[in-house]
Amino acid sequence: MQVNEKEFKPLIVAFCCNWCSYAGADLSGTNRLNYPANVKIIRVPCSCRVNPMFVLRAFQRGADGVILCGCHPGDCHYTTGNYYTRRRMTLLFSMLDYLGIERDRTRVEWVSAAEGAKFAATMNDFVATVTRLGENKRLEDLRCKKQ
Amino acid sequence: MQEAMIRRAKELLADGTVNRVLGWQRGEFVYDVTPAVFASPDELDASFVYNDFCGANLSKYLVAESRKEGKVLAFLKPCDTYSLNQLTAEHRVVRENIYAIGLPCEGKADVEALKAAGAAGITGIADGGDTFTVHTLYGDQTVAKADALAERCANCKSKQCVTYDELLGENGAVQNSHRFDMVEQLENMTADERYAFWQGELSRCIRCNACRNACPACTCEKCVFDNPQSGIANTAPADSFEEKLFHIIRAFHVAGRCTDCGECSRVCPQHIPLHLLNRKFIKDINELYGPYQAGADVAARGPLTDFTFEDCEPSVVHERGVN
Repeated sequence: MQVNEKEFKPLIVAFCCNWCSYAGADLSGTNRLNYPANVKIIRVPCSCRVNPMFVLRAFQRGADGVILCGCHPGDCHYTTGNYYTRRRMTLLFSMLDYLGIERDRTRVEWVSAAEGAKFAATMNDFVATVTRLGENKRLEDLRCKKQ
Repeated sequence: MQEAMIRRAKELLADGTVNRVLGWQRGEFVYDVTPAVFASPDELDASFVYNDFCGANLSKYLVAESRKEGKVLAFLKPCDTYSLNQLTAEHRVVRENIYAIGLPCEGKADVEALKAAGAAGITGIADGGDTFTVHTLYGDQTVAKADALAERCANCKSKQCVTYDELLGENGAVQNSHRFDMVEQLENMTADERYAFWQGELSRCIRCNACRNACPACTCEKCVFDNPQSGIANTAPADSFEEKLFHIIRAFHVAGRCTDCGECSRVCPQHIPLHLLNRKFIKDINELYGPYQAGADVAARGPLTDFTFEDCEPSVVHERGVN
């Protein structure tokens, strides 16, 4: 098998809530479902923990796409956390779009602990979308780039 | 107006209702006015000034002033009263320590615009309805308001004082403004054009923090941009990423609380249209979560500290057409 060294592999940061999506990722693993290894999962206590700064910082440190996964609305472990996330991220993504940053680089998905298959499918789809967009140029920090 | 204000301030100082007055102080030039606190009638006579250059939003100063001993008299324009309401709702001011006098406002002049319109050696200004009469060293000059108003006043959202203890003159009404027109124009551009536009604007930022310091919504005692651990504390942007980071986060931190008073753009030494970032959030909130004007109602719950079960999903951003 030949490996194309120049093939673009995006770096994806996935913020997963401890109670649903992180367990969902675990389930997709134990079910032997495939999703790309360039998805780096960061576990957060609740999707509501994700500060807009985290998303921007991820892009700064080299992420090409950022995805947020939380419990389905209504199922939040802390009852209402993801409702706040929903409003915040809507506004943040809209602002990024307003500044001309490709809107497909950011996404929010609700993945429950039982949806291992959905987790894998979501990640496959998101990685494919970001691969099509190519490298993150508009929110990059040159100082953080590998030479 | 200035005489009436000084007279009323002296009365309130004399009868002990207040022990100091927050207003504007004369500077070296007539358009150089600074917010100041006056403690005696003599100080008022010496340097209190009110004219069409008094654009500063005094509500920000009430955060510190209202926590001192005794009552403070504050002269507030309609914009400033929205900010005061918002600060009261957030428990950032002690409302009982403030005696607010609402002022009517027909728009403040932008001195840069006046100079661009040819006024040199400005020594005074008078409001003439649709025009400003500018007194200069070389005689009087009439400039149409359309050419000389500050941007925020040209797109005034409201001439109504929403909170006051007393009014000087008549209260105005909420205006039917076109303040979102420019935001809409930007939205209709392609992503590349928008990126180029903002790159051009934000790359001028020198990180003087004036927008944050003047903003009546930015009143945190510990600011993320002062945190030396953050890597972005009090330094000029070293990279285009930092410019965007600062401006996105600054605007996000006031989203849902910004009353659109326009101070950020007024104080920007680089003339970056920061209000366009705030207005984007306001427009989105209005469209997605229902009309909301921060500061209009003290009891209202802010859109970002509230939710409904039926809120739209963040994917609405992706479904907005192709540009």
